[in-house]
Amino acid sequence: MSSPNTPPPGGSTIGADEVAHVARLARLDLTADELARTTAQLAGIVAHFHDIDALDLAAVEPMTQPYPLVNVLRDDVVRPCVDRDEVLANAPLADDRRFAVPPILDSDDPDASVSR
Amino acid sequence: MSATDNDNVREPDTALAVAADVRAGRRTAVAVLDEHLARIAKRDGEIHAFNLVLTDQARAAAAEIDRRVATGDDPGPLAGVPIALKDNMCTRGIPTTCSSKILEGWRPPYDATVVQRLAAAGAVVVGKTNLDEFAMGSSTENSAFGPTRNPLDVSRVPGGSSGGSAAAVAAGFATVALGSDTGGSIRQPAALCGVVGVKPTYGLVSRYGLVAFASSLDQIGPFSHTVADAAALLEVIGGHDPMDSTSIPQPFPDVSSMLERGVDGLRIGRITDLPAGADPDVIARLDEAFTVLEKAGARIVEVTVPAFTYGLTAYYLIAPAEASSNLARYDGVRYGLRVDAPDTTRMMHASRTAGFGAEVKRRIMLGTYALSAGYYDAYYGKALKVRRLIAQDFARAYEHADVLLTPASPSVAFAFGAKGDNPLAMYLCDVYTIPTNLAGHPGMSVPFGSGADGLPVGVQLLAPALGEPVMFQVAAELERSRR
Repeated sequence: MSSPNTPPPGGSTIGADEVAHVARLARLDLTADELARTTAQLAGIVAHFHDIDALDLAAVEPMTQPYPLVNVLRDDVVRPCVDRDEVLANAPLADDRRFAVPPILDSDDPDASVSR
Repeated sequence: MSATDNDNVREPDTALAVAADVRAGRRTAVAVLDEHLARIAKRDGEIHAFNLVLTDQARAAAAEIDRRVATGDDPGPLAGVPIALKDNMCTRGIPTTCSSKILEGWRPPYDATVVQRLAAAGAVVVGKTNLDEFAMGSSTENSAFGPTRNPLDVSRVPGGSSGGSAAAVAAGFATVALGSDTGGSIRQPAALCGVVGVKPTYGLVSRYGLVAFASSLDQIGPFSHTVADAAALLEVIGGHDPMDSTSIPQPFPDVSSMLERGVDGLRIGRITDLPAGADPDVIARLDEAFTVLEKAGARIVEVTVPAFTYGLTAYYLIAPAEASSNLARYDGVRYGLRVDAPDTTRMMHASRTAGFGAEVKRRIMLGTYALSAGYYDAYYGKALKVRRLIAQDFARAYEHADVLLTPASPSVAFAFGAKGDNPLAMYLCDVYTIPTNLAGHPGMSVPFGSGADGLPVGVQLLAPALGEPVMFQVAAELERSRR
């Protein structure tokens, strides 16, 4: 990957390699057909995005939300919250009052965050 | 409109009439509910407005309202009013699906703030309505549970993403409904189904318990047959909520008292550089709306909002970026669908791949792309600056105008499949509604006559932040002119 401040290569489009990369980042699997179709669709959308290239945005401050909010804090007081059993009842698999998942270490998947 | 069954919708009940009757003992909440349930039984098999009809819970709630009235108690301003909720609002112990397979069977452990406030006001929840999966779409065709049909012409879409809520009100399945609007998802279906739909100022209605799509844009609002009902519903659900840190810390403004004031002396803005693309019938109704308001004493002023046209690009970078982050929580670990696999990473891949539909995946990937290293500044960062430009341009326009009028939707309700496999064609449905969400301002669609094939046209009213009182003042005048 290029550095965070490098403009997109060619400045114009998105290719199958990039779609495969973002799919992997987003934990989505695509079949070959889906990859081709998604690449074409996203390329069409991304091409439309270049209408804003005509704007001079150098002096414009980014706007992340409608109002200039600062942190909203409350007093650090214990209050009732959602019921643990009710929450765990929704879990696909729970074990001894905890969420249970398949092994996280024993993986040959390239996405696995722990190396062996 | 051969498929229309107008017997059921000719004289729609209003929430204000129902509540007044129930509070005075002239009608029972159970009888009102049963009329609505009968219409649902007769016609929702065809319309599919609902993912879930809460027959037993609604009957129990209505009976409790009647019991309280009988003992001299006042159940509240929405006593006995049947209401439908878009199925992305959490209801404790009751499935909340977002019309996605990834949440099928999930039962939230808490109620959304709006659900709590409706109950406290005496409203009766009749069911959870269909939507485009995770509110991503403009036709309700993206639901994992099948599309909703437009009650006015079942060969056409009801709009979206809150298509189920709009259809439920239009078909008389509920007196009023709640939807959510991230880029037009209340106003566009309201226009296509011929009902009133309001997107309030960002922060006026609590998002606590609204399943997040794009958190800086999402806002809950009402569907109704009348402007006065929308005002009454907003006054119940609006106002500060400590559970939502973006909630504006002040009471909801008094809107209902504005409805009879007329528009004498108000400045109504026509945006001269509005993006083209609206059908001639839609433009004709908009022109008539300006004429009506001018005759009622308003002054029509011309304004420009140069960045309006860039709203679509800014929105389709910002909303998917926020969505890609918000929807990362669906990983098969704590709730919802899990597809088993030998290790957790593969389980997450398998669950998300099986659980999300095509449009949701597309937006997650688009957002992930816009936020990824090397593209962040070129896309997401730039979109945030365009968002600022849009807000600044609106602010300048509102120095000259109290309310702006635009089309709500470029066309009347379109046929199923009309947008084909081209996501951009669907995105363009929201070209007139999106900029308001980016600015955080209120907007609403009011039915204003009909267009092609006799289908309803909606006129959109826009106002500055917290401008709901004047927006409703003008909306009421437009409504009066059609009576």
